[in-house]
Amino acid sequence: MTKGILAFGAYIPWRRLPRKAIADTHGWFNPGLKGQAKGERAFCNWDEDCVTMAVEAARDALAGRDRTQIAALRFASTTFPFLDRLHSGIVAGALSLDDGVSTIDIAATQRAGTSALIEALGGSGETLVIAAEKRGAKAASPVEMTSGDGAAAMLVGDGAPIARLLGKASRTADFVDHFRSVDNQYDYQWEERWIRDAGYMPVVPPTILRCLEAAKVAAKDVTHFCMPATLARVVSSVAKAAGIDDKAVVDPLHANCGDTGAAHALMLLAATLEKAKPGDKILAVGFGQGADALLFEVTPKITERPKNLGVAGHLARRKEDGSYGRFLAFNNLIELERGMRSETDKGTPLSAMWRNRETVTSFIGGKCSKCGTLQFPKTDICVNPNCNAVHTQEPHAFADMGGRIKSYTADRLTYSPDPPACYGMIEFEEGGRVMIDFTDIDADALQVGQPMRMMFRIKDIDAARGFRRYYWKAAPVAAKA
Amino acid sequence: MAKGIKDKVVIIGMGCSKFGERWDKEADNLMVEAYTEAIADAGIDTKQIDAAWLATAIEEQHVGKSATPLAVALRLPFIPVTRVENYCASGTEAFRGAVYAVASGAADIALALGVEKLKDTGYGGLPQRGRGPLNDMVNPNASAPGSFAQLAAAYRAKHQVDAKDLKHAMAHISVKSHDNGARNPKAHLRNKITVDTVLNAPTVAEPLGLYDCCGVSDGAACAIVTTPDIARGLGKKNMVAVKALQVAVSNGLEAQHNSWDGSYFATTRIASKRAYQEAGIDRPRDQLSMFEVHDCFSVTELVTMEDLHISPEAGAIKDVLDGFYDADGKIPCQIDGGLKCFGHPIGASGLRMIYEMYLQMHGRAGERQRQDEPVFGLTHNLGGFPQRNVCAISIVGKYGA
Repeated sequence: MTKGILAFGAYIPWRRLPRKAIADTHGWFNPGLKGQAKGERAFCNWDEDCVTMAVEAARDALAGRDRTQIAALRFASTTFPFLDRLHSGIVAGALSLDDGVSTIDIAATQRAGTSALIEALGGSGETLVIAAEKRGAKAASPVEMTSGDGAAAMLVGDGAPIARLLGKASRTADFVDHFRSVDNQYDYQWEERWIRDAGYMPVVPPTILRCLEAAKVAAKDVTHFCMPATLARVVSSVAKAAGIDDKAVVDPLHANCGDTGAAHALMLLAATLEKAKPGDKILAVGFGQGADALLFEVTPKITERPKNLGVAGHLARRKEDGSYGRFLAFNNLIELERGMRSETDKGTPLSAMWRNRETVTSFIGGKCSKCGTLQFPKTDICVNPNCNAVHTQEPHAFADMGGRIKSYTADRLTYSPDPPACYGMIEFEEGGRVMIDFTDIDADALQVGQPMRMMFRIKDIDAARGFRRYYWKAAPVAAKA
Repeated sequence: MAKGIKDKVVIIGMGCSKFGERWDKEADNLMVEAYTEAIADAGIDTKQIDAAWLATAIEEQHVGKSATPLAVALRLPFIPVTRVENYCASGTEAFRGAVYAVASGAADIALALGVEKLKDTGYGGLPQRGRGPLNDMVNPNASAPGSFAQLAAAYRAKHQVDAKDLKHAMAHISVKSHDNGARNPKAHLRNKITVDTVLNAPTVAEPLGLYDCCGVSDGAACAIVTTPDIARGLGKKNMVAVKALQVAVSNGLEAQHNSWDGSYFATTRIASKRAYQEAGIDRPRDQLSMFEVHDCFSVTELVTMEDLHISPEAGAIKDVLDGFYDADGKIPCQIDGGLKCFGHPIGASGLRMIYEMYLQMHGRAGERQRQDEPVFGLTHNLGGFPQRNVCAISIVGKYGA
């Protein structure tokens, strides 16, 4: 049996903040920011978090695939919104995975993504590994400048992989270059030179060498070296110490995305796989209280993989947003006057949420077994006026059906964290319709007939109780890479 | 088909409070204001009322639940009082309850009163509030203008109408309602505006601007009804009779079935056909003297001209711009200023529309009195959202006509 990666996908949010906007605002306080004011970082819409990004990365990876064989789901992040609620369970619901799926959240280190991948490659059956990160950062902090939001997903298992696992190694060391505790919302970081000299250099190259030894592959034969690090020259220094060709070092996506934290090793691996040729050897490394290294060899199956958006497609699906004010507001870094209409109670009756989970989380509607009419949501009596049959509705998945705008508005009266609130009627091409929120859309670009796809998003945030409720929204269809 | 309500019940008294921002009045003060006018008009005593109906839509904002607020405000002598709520069509529903009670013989004289006291929210527009657990989980956090604005997108797409042409006709509608409201001392908004005022106003929900939206008002309206025989016994002459009362309620088809294109009100088309049949009207464009429609937004009024089968489909823009619906046009629409300017205290609105028809038929509409003697007047009261709504239509007219 050959273990490896069967499919992969990625998600990068639509909005990009030019770093110059940060430097322009805070340069008076920290002139050093001006030197970093190049390129842009991806940032989540107000209705996104690591859960919603994980769902989208997974959907990207699973495009055109049967999901019924997925036996396990491993979800890695250091920015889970709940301390006690299984995030991989939310994702499994949104993906309509079989409820027999094994789910584990993996957290608490920047190498959570690679650790999840190593763990999954040791399992049996198809395992979906997702890493997602939406890091909070204080205004004018280094993390605000260097990080980006995003997610990557890898489906691993036995069979005919597009990249075969050749070797793996791990190292554990309680090297605390930064930390974030339950009492603190943001990172506390130590000196960069110490992190490089006492952290990366002693820990990572030996781990790489053990991985290469296990794989019986020479360092010079590594074609692509995927290792996230936001400190200058670290990756090149590690490559040199391990004997890896400097040309193998992959683009860290600093210029157009930013470092996606626990997701970034998998993000770089996905970006590399998109461009890889059969025979390429890809080394992926994660660093954080130790290190993980995984070596893959790309197989000829890579040429047959179904088209998806991937990293390149999501980088192309891009909206430059120079409004640092919006970034601050979306990330709760500024106390905005949101108006009295924002005071509505956003409480969620948990019993009703559970009862309606197929509708709300999985976006499953109904199909009449008598007349074939599709409808959302599912009801006891068919909506077709020429049918109206009772108890004939079979579950029908609406999440991946394409649709078009039938009617729309851009509403400046109602409360939205990102006004105007755009919403309208989506008519699905296979049948059925839904009045639903739009997201990731410019109000000026709205038009009847516009092709849309459904995306899993935060519907409401209940700040009073610390809860958030997810649902689906319609977004413009992006071109495939 | 059922025989219908035509000429079985007549209106003997009506009243209407001043609509507007009634900062110094409670809902019960507004109810009494409308009621005292109506009971004096009817020339009867409170003790002669056998049954009453109260309409309020957003009761949690003012009087709270049940019919007791009406019974207490008017000190009704322990008679049956029922509270109805059917979105913004609640006022017509209360009227329907009272009329049917009289028609059935269960009551000799019945009263319908609608009230809303909305101006205690702290902001303009309708109150933002929960809509039930599942609805909150799946519906957009839509405002009323955002919901109705979508008619414009769908109407333009269906009829290949240029956005500017549609917006211009919508502006004409608002200008006309302000002209009419200026002649109505009880109206909330009495200022005249121009097409430019409308076109240059800030956007509320694309393509609706501030002047495409009706105001939210405090107010109450009241009707007292009885049989023609009893009315004659009370000395009433030139009686205004109920000719038709029809309600059509969405059953989810518009929201869930792809047969509806989003550019019109399925309910209005059905309810108005039934109402014309009940009233014996077969050529509404020739036979209606005037009408009041639920012009919560200018685009609602525009498409409703077609849904009431008065303008041909895709023909409303032309009729509107031709002045067909102006106060001096062939069939005046909103001769009292409509929701747009008379105001929209939700529970009262359906009754306010009938109040205007009643005044016009008795020649008591003052400065805005239509000179051609009205025979049939239609009121169209709509609640909800284009994709899921309640349409209530009444036709009133000269008894025996």
